[in-house]
Amino acid sequence: MSDEATAQSDALDAEGAIEADPPASAYGVPVTNERDQQVLFPDRDNYIATIEALKADGFVSAVDLCGVDNLTRAHRSLPAGVAPERFEVVVSLLAHEPPRRTRVRVQVPESDPTIATLFDLYPGTENLERETWDMFGIVFENHPDPSRILMPPDWQGHPLRKDFAVGTVPVQFKGASAPR
Amino acid sequence: MTLLDDTTAASTDERVTRRGDDSAVLRIDEANVAMVETVDIDPNADTPMIVNMGPVHPSTHGVLRLVLEMQGEQVLRSKPVIGYLHTGMEKTGEQLSFMQGPTNVTRMDYASPLFNELVFSLATEELLGIEVPPRAQWIRTLMCELNRISSHMLFQATNGMDVGAVSMMLYGNRLREETLRILEKITGLRMNHNYIRPGGVAADLHDGWQEDIGGLLDLLPPLIDEFDELLTGQPIFQERLQGVGAINSAECLALGVTGPILRGSGYAWDLRRDMPYLKYDELDFDVIVGTYGDCFDRYAVRLAEARESIRIVGQCIDKMPPGDYRLQDKKVTPPPRARIDESMEALIHHFKIFTEGFKVPEGEVYVAVESPRGELGCYMVSDGGAHPYRMHIRAPSFVNLQTMPHMMNEALVADVVAIISSVDPVLGEVDR
Repeated sequence: MSDEATAQSDALDAEGAIEADPPASAYGVPVTNERDQQVLFPDRDNYIATIEALKADGFVSAVDLCGVDNLTRAHRSLPAGVAPERFEVVVSLLAHEPPRRTRVRVQVPESDPTIATLFDLYPGTENLERETWDMFGIVFENHPDPSRILMPPDWQGHPLRKDFAVGTVPVQFKGASAPR
Repeated sequence: MTLLDDTTAASTDERVTRRGDDSAVLRIDEANVAMVETVDIDPNADTPMIVNMGPVHPSTHGVLRLVLEMQGEQVLRSKPVIGYLHTGMEKTGEQLSFMQGPTNVTRMDYASPLFNELVFSLATEELLGIEVPPRAQWIRTLMCELNRISSHMLFQATNGMDVGAVSMMLYGNRLREETLRILEKITGLRMNHNYIRPGGVAADLHDGWQEDIGGLLDLLPPLIDEFDELLTGQPIFQERLQGVGAINSAECLALGVTGPILRGSGYAWDLRRDMPYLKYDELDFDVIVGTYGDCFDRYAVRLAEARESIRIVGQCIDKMPPGDYRLQDKKVTPPPRARIDESMEALIHHFKIFTEGFKVPEGEVYVAVESPRGELGCYMVSDGGAHPYRMHIRAPSFVNLQTMPHMMNEALVADVVAIISSVDPVLGEVDR
């Protein structure tokens, strides 16, 4: 009970501070408040800890999880202390009391596109993480079912990557001969 | 927001967090299941058997394939296999301009296309930092609620048919057609309207729209009451649905489930009331909740929500303000056709909008609306150009599909059809 109370008061402090003057950090990670939407920028090491803290603060549902490929957008604006990487994993969390949203953006490097799974915290991210693996090739470590979900199991490549060309691959059926 | 009773409050989400063989989700390689030559089963042995259902089964609502682990007639574990309708609409969205985007997204959830257009337009407008005129917002609210009625009536049609009340297909589709007739009169199309666009709506309401929609509102309530007579109180229908596919609110929240499934489990959460968008904060309506979270509650919630939508549409008719139906910013919305003959600037704006589109400031935004299936979200990233850099649609059916293995666990194979139907997935939205 006392732990919960502390966590709640911490959350209130953090929110009050945001309204007064946007601070550089919340939950120990950089934060921005663009267009009235709070965005947290943890790195991969404190990703799970941040999500755990958010869950303890009443964010009951992870409504969305998706990837972004920033291949041609290396110069994008990020808060100080966040190094841009090619991939981002974006998690949208929803709290019901009071109703509010927050978003978590994690930078994932191209050389090592792995990140921890959220399955144990929010089992509803199972399909969304499978989709992100399917579309971007981002590996979710310790995911219970790391398989393709939308593309055929024998598909080569990850279609939503920016270097996956549009229109150069003909319509392809399984078993038919194809150039790739 | 509010938990109805102690049984729901004390419910646990332990069931959905299991990873191993004790989970209700059959996490096996879906490719090998389809290979008949690898199956080596002694029909007399008392071992579970893996059965494929779909993707072309008539009651799987399109191309949903289920891999079921059966022990006799009982389902042990299962896995929905999807992707048969995947057409890369998020990739397509990156090639189309913000102007063309609604044409693409409206084809995702083809039972409630206006919601897709709405969430895309809201995300674009949020990035642009513009606010559409009040009349456009009221028209959007009105059209979305009409669309919600038609979507829930389609559910009544398919749900009735799936559990054996085949004549419901006619009753439900009749109501849907009556609603679609109004939508066609306003937008020009029965489906895939491309009506709600960034900056407002495509066209103003036609002359005499009050009488048309008013006539619909007189027609619908007695026809919806027929469902109560034909289904709600009918013992066979109750036997088929009550207690089947129960899921509690804690499991729903853990799985990210929204919409009638979450509300059917007794948890009152509706974005229209709790995080209002458009003009829902000026409207009076009730959020419908169930108690047991079974198939019957989901049926009843959708039926009652259609009635609430009728209430909302009636209020929209009364409160519709005069004014512009779209933003008069010629950088975002095209000029009227007549102006092009008179004004060089109008011609240039028209040409620029339809060739290059309009540029949207750099940034990223997540916007969500309450579609008939739950929270429909759009995460949009702009790099400052005329095309979305990334356009991700958070499809409610895609997330809600994850409840199926848990609902089907230890159910009979006949209940599987009822459970698929009560989740009400639209495969166009699941696969995108």
